[in-house]
Parts: sequence; structure tokens; C-alpha cells
Amino acid sequence: MKQHIGRTLLGTGAVIATAGLVLTGCGSGYGGGGASASPSAGALTSSSDPLTIMIGSSGDAETTAVKDAVAAWSKKSGVSASVVAATNLQQQLSQGFAAGSPPDLFYLGSDQLAGYASNGSLKAYGDLLGNKGDFYPSLVKNFTYNDTFYCAPKDFSTLQLIINTDLWTKAGLTEADYPTSWDQLAADATKLTSGSTKGLVFNGEYARIGVFMAQAGGDLLSADGKKAEANSDANVEALTYVQKHLNDGSFAYAKDVGAGWGGEALGKSLGAMTIEGNWITGGMSADYPDIKYKVIALPKGPAGAGTLQFTNCWGMATDSPNQKASLDLVEYLTSAEQQLAFSKAFGPMPSVQSAAGQWKSENADLVPFLDGSDYAQGVPTLAGSADVITAFNSQLETLKTTDPKTILDSVQKNLEALVK
Amino acid sequence: MSTTAKPATAPHASGSHPSGIRKGEGFAGWLFTLPVILVLGVFLLIPVLMALWVSFSDWSGRGSPLSSGVNFVGLDNYADISTGGGLAERNFGISLRNNAWYVVLVVPLQTALSLLLAVLVSRRILRGRGFFRTAFYFPSVTSSVAITVLWLFLFSTNGVINAIIGWFGVNGPNWFNDPRGLVTLGLAGVGITTPPAALNDGSFLGVTWWEWLSGPSIAMFALILMAIFTTSGTFMLLFMASIQNIDPSLAEAAMMDGANGWQRFWRVTLPQLRPALFTVLTLGLIGCWQVFDQIYTGTQGAPGNTTLTPAYLSYQAGFQDQKWGNGAAIAFILFLIIIAFTVLQRWVLRDKAVSRRRVRAYAPKGTRT
Repeated sequence: MKQHIGRTLLGTGAVIATAGLVLTGCGSGYGGGGASASPSAGALTSSSDPLTIMIGSSGDAETTAVKDAVAAWSKKSGVSASVVAATNLQQQLSQGFAAGSPPDLFYLGSDQLAGYASNGSLKAYGDLLGNKGDFYPSLVKNFTYNDTFYCAPKDFSTLQLIINTDLWTKAGLTEADYPTSWDQLAADATKLTSGSTKGLVFNGEYARIGVFMAQAGGDLLSADGKKAEANSDANVEALTYVQKHLNDGSFAYAKDVGAGWGGEALGKSLGAMTIEGNWITGGMSADYPDIKYKVIALPKGPAGAGTLQFTNCWGMATDSPNQKASLDLVEYLTSAEQQLAFSKAFGPMPSVQSAAGQWKSENADLVPFLDGSDYAQGVPTLAGSADVITAFNSQLETLKTTDPKTILDSVQKNLEALVK
Repeated sequence: MSTTAKPATAPHASGSHPSGIRKGEGFAGWLFTLPVILVLGVFLLIPVLMALWVSFSDWSGRGSPLSSGVNFVGLDNYADISTGGGLAERNFGISLRNNAWYVVLVVPLQTALSLLLAVLVSRRILRGRGFFRTAFYFPSVTSSVAITVLWLFLFSTNGVINAIIGWFGVNGPNWFNDPRGLVTLGLAGVGITTPPAALNDGSFLGVTWWEWLSGPSIAMFALILMAIFTTSGTFMLLFMASIQNIDPSLAEAAMMDGANGWQRFWRVTLPQLRPALFTVLTLGLIGCWQVFDQIYTGTQGAPGNTTLTPAYLSYQAGFQDQKWGNGAAIAFILFLIIIAFTVLQRWVLRDKAVSRRRVRAYAPKGTRT
């Protein structure tokens, strides 16, 4: 029996010793990344290391366009660089940061900025950009965290109203009827509703319904982003308006008519109008090439014009050994010329003002989207706000039967926990 | 470990130290088990220990969790999701609610169905048993991702299931987009739409009792059906193996004693399947509490967070929100829940002494006192 215990102890000791060895091995292996971690401000690193660029691509067109642009830059600058199209960008980024070897440059959504900026993963290089003054101010604000401009907006999208022109004329409506007010939108939607076609179909989430909140003069956060204002009277008014027309049948959520998103509803004539962004052109030409549609500005609400904008930036890793070259690449990729080339290849809107003129003349049908940048609101970028939006969205799904004030009060409570 | 290394018949005449011809055996034993110890250590033990550390630390996902900048924060992460009062607590409560209903429905149903299938395909009288065995087992060998995609198609608003329901003049629900709870719907059917104050005021983990009792959403119910469909084949196999181990003479003896088929199943077959039943229930319970891939590929928690499960929430907290401590804490609470249920179930299914009343009931008539 004694021997038995002795062996057990020996065995346990062996396991612990092995564990210890491996743990220290691990520690020294990637402890280097943690130890050399410099604060995100300060000078850029410089070396001859090749760059890795990780993108979350929408498809082959985008991957090819980015690859070509990066290859052209490589040739010019002499720094070799490779583009990786991630299958799950967030997950692969997290793995890279944890291992201390993240990609040098990567796509970063505005809702992800706070999380990575607060743990020091992101290099704040915004103020070093040569073309800093060219970006739309509202986009710069989207990528400003703790008063620091972190990363260069890569492109952006806004939401506008898209109408099926055949259904429009069939309902006896003309161009003079394009809605400019909420009442007119409701009246048009009622006229367009017949059979399985609803007047206005959109996704039942903050990223669409938020436009009504903006038009009523509301927002989730105050202008400086330091106060929660979710349950303002303006927001209640907006949700009450949407609720009223969801219930009278002229508005509908995409999923309730059996569509995955607004574009599908428009393509299958389940909705005569929808609220979507400029990405809709790609979806329509691929899936529903025969549907004729027109993009017009969203109607003005009680407080004037309003829409939401979404944007990504070129995130730069603090742990990148060659930030100087990365900065040069970002300046190249965000130049007006290069952004116009991207726009031609896969349709995003350039994030720099100097490209606006040419973009508008090349995309005459989509001008309302770019004009939206004048009055568009960004989505909240506080750390943890993505969760609050998810919870908000889950309540919006039952907007038909739930009191708008109750919904907004709970959003307010969740947001207050973040800003304090 | 050490008992297997110890030779069963070794004479230990000279006290506690082995000697002579058997001297090197202990060393050799360890040498042979070393590869497995290393593999399990590196890929299982160390990651688990590191995750445990992360759950007690403020690691933010950058660099090694063992580096100097990471601090011990005690139970902060656990407090955040259990008593924080914020969204983190409510989301955790909702995920537990969803998963509890999932377990409550899937475990008994899949066990009953797999037992039924096993009994059916074990009958010698059945023609083409091989065909049925293969057919029933087939969903189990298909990848869960493929089945999830299939399910999304079948249960879409204009999908096959709703078309079939339509033949009976019923408008099928909007399956994967319907967040309404089944119990709530049932109560609404009998006219109860507002919760009694007692249920609406009290809450646990930020979720009111009324919400706890709302039942699985229609979307979750579709996933429940899928789980039963895919796993019952695997468990059928376990039951089948166990049934084939039962000596047929027992059934014959019972028949001679006048037991009918129903009695033979409940009194003779089922008690002997207890070990298999324990295995099936345990595996089912663990699998159900860990449900992840269906959520990840299918619904990602939508609609209205009603298919959010702790396993998926843990992933989301880490990889999307960079709250690695919270994510690890959720994983360890889940671990404790699974352990607790397994122990409880072991206790319920333990071998009990047969009560005297029961013994009397089976005693031959003449000997009854």
C-alpha cells in the first residue's frame, strides 16, 4: 500500500513537472509579444519584415481588388506584403492578438474599435496620416476613441430608400410622389400594399429602424458620446410611428414576409420599398437582375433628414514590427484614386471627400447614398455597445406588440451601465 | 494509473521496495504512458488550467495570459455574470434559461426514441433489420453543420415543413425567426396573456420568473427537433448493444411465468439496461448543455436571444467582445452545472435494494403471508 501511494505521488509529481516545463515553454514562447508591448501612442516601428493584411472579404471581387492594389504598392515600395482573406475575421484576429503575432493591417468595424483599443492591441496612427484632413469628419469621429483618432476609414455606407419602379407606377404613383415626409411615406406605403406585396419592408433591427430615430432627432448617445439618450421623446416618437404602420400592414419586417433582408424582399416583390445601403446594387444585379429599382433619399422626419452610416477602418496592430510601411500602405489604399478603383471593383463608397465629385459622376444613380454623409449618424462605438444593440434588436422583433417606451427604457439602462 | 502499472501477482516479500527481476517495471510503465500523459497534458490539462486562470484574471486577449501585465481579480468575472445586474448577467440568465429548456425536452425524448428504435430493430421477427439500423443511424454520421443547413431550409418560412402543415389548413410559424415561447403561447391560447405579479416581479439572474417559464422559443424548438433527430441514432446503437447482451433465456423464463410483452419489457429488459441508460442519459446531458455548433452555424442566438446558449455566449464574450474573463467564467459555471447534473443522475439511477412490499408482490401465491 505504501508503495502504491509512493507511485501515485511520483505520478502526480511527473505530471506537475511536465506541466511546469510546458507552461514555462509557452510563457517564453509568446511572452515576448507581451513584454515588448509598447503603449499604443508613440513612434512607429520600422523593420524590413513583410506585411500581412487580413481582410473580411465580401467575395472574390473584393479579394482580387485588394490583392492587386497591395501587389502594386509592394512593387512601388519594395516591401513584400500578402493579403489573407479571413473566413471568420473576428476570431482570427483574436487568435492573432492572443498569440502576439497579429496581422499588421486588418479590417476593423467601428463597433469593434473600443474593445481592441482599450486592451492596447491597436496602434493609434490617425494623426500621422498625410491625408488625414481628406476623410469625412463624421467618419473620423467613428474611429475616435478616448479623443484619439485611431485608424483610417477604409470606406463607408449609408442607408437610403430603394423603390421598385414597376410597382411604383403600377400603383399609380409618379416621381412627384417620392416621399419627403413621414406622412407621405406612410401614404405611399399604403397605396403600394396589395396582396403579398407590402409597402415598405426592412429588417427589424436598430441598423434600419435607427434611421427613423435619427429623423425624429434622436440618437442612442449624446453628440459627445458621454451620455445615454436612448429613451428620449424623439426615439419614442420614431418607434411609435414604425409600430403604428407595422400594425396597419403597410410596413413589415423582412423576416415576416419570408425574406432574409430588404434586397430579397424587393427582388421577390414582397416589398415595394426597402431601406438598405449601397451594397444593395451588388445583391440585386446578382440575384434579381430583372427588377428595376431607384435609390432616393429617405424622407425627412420631424427633425429633418437623418440616416445611419456604417464604416470599417484599416486597423494597425501595436505588435506589428513594421508600422512605418503599414502607414504608407494605408495612405496608398485610402487615396482618392485607389478608393475609386475599389468602388469600381466591388462597390464601396470612398471615405475621402476629394473622391466625391468623380464618384458621383460615375455612379449617378447612387448619389443619394453619398449625399447621406452630410447628415448621417454613426452607430455607438462604446466598449460593450454591440451587446446592447443585440439586446435592443431582440426587443425590436416584438415591436408590434410592445410599448416603445418600455423597449427604449431598457436600452437606456443598458447604455447607462456603459457610459458611467 | 498506478494500479495498472503495478503487477497484480508480484510477490512483495521484501517489503515496500520492489527488487529482483521486476525492478525496472515501474520505470518502463511510466515510459510507456509518457506519450499519452504529454499529449493529454499539453492539449487538455494545460489549456483547462490556463482557462481557469483566465476566468480569475483581467486578461484582455492581448499577448499571453501568463505575462506580467495580467492581474488576478478574484471572483470579479464570476460576479459580473451572476450578480452584476447588467446586460452580462441578463444574457447569462437568458442563455441558461434557453439551454435548460433544451435539456428538459431533448434528453428524455431522445432517450425514449432511441430506446424505442433499439427495441424495434432488435426484434428477430423484423425483416430488413440491417436496412433500418443503417437508416436510423444515418443522421448521426452526417456532420451537424450539414444537418443545420438542411434544417434551415426545411423550416424556412416558405419551406417544406410549412408547406406540409399548410395541407391541413394551418399557417405554419416563421420557425427560425419566431422568438415566442411555447409555454407563453400555450397560456395565451387559454387566455392568460399577462403574467401574475408574483412571477413578473421576482427575477433570477436578471430574468423574471415569467421569462424563465416562457418555454423554448419556436426557433429553439426547431433546434430541439433537430437534436432528437440526429442523436437518437447514436444512442440507439448503445441500447442495441446492451439488448443483445441480455440472455434470451431470461425473456423465455418470464414468458413461462406468464408475463406479457409489456411486462417483459418493463420488468425484465429495462432493469438490465440500466448501465446503458446511465451512459445515454449522461452523454445526452453533457452534449445538450454544451450545444454550440448548431447555434454557431444556424441562428447565432437569434431571434431575440432565444437560441443563445452558455457555450455560444462564452464564445461571443471572448472572441467578439474581448471579455475573455467573462467567457472563461461562463465555461466553468457550465462545467459545474454538468458535473452537478451527472452526480444527481448517478444518485437517482443507483442500484436500490428491492423493497419488501415489491418482493411480496412477486412471490408465489401460496407463500404470501
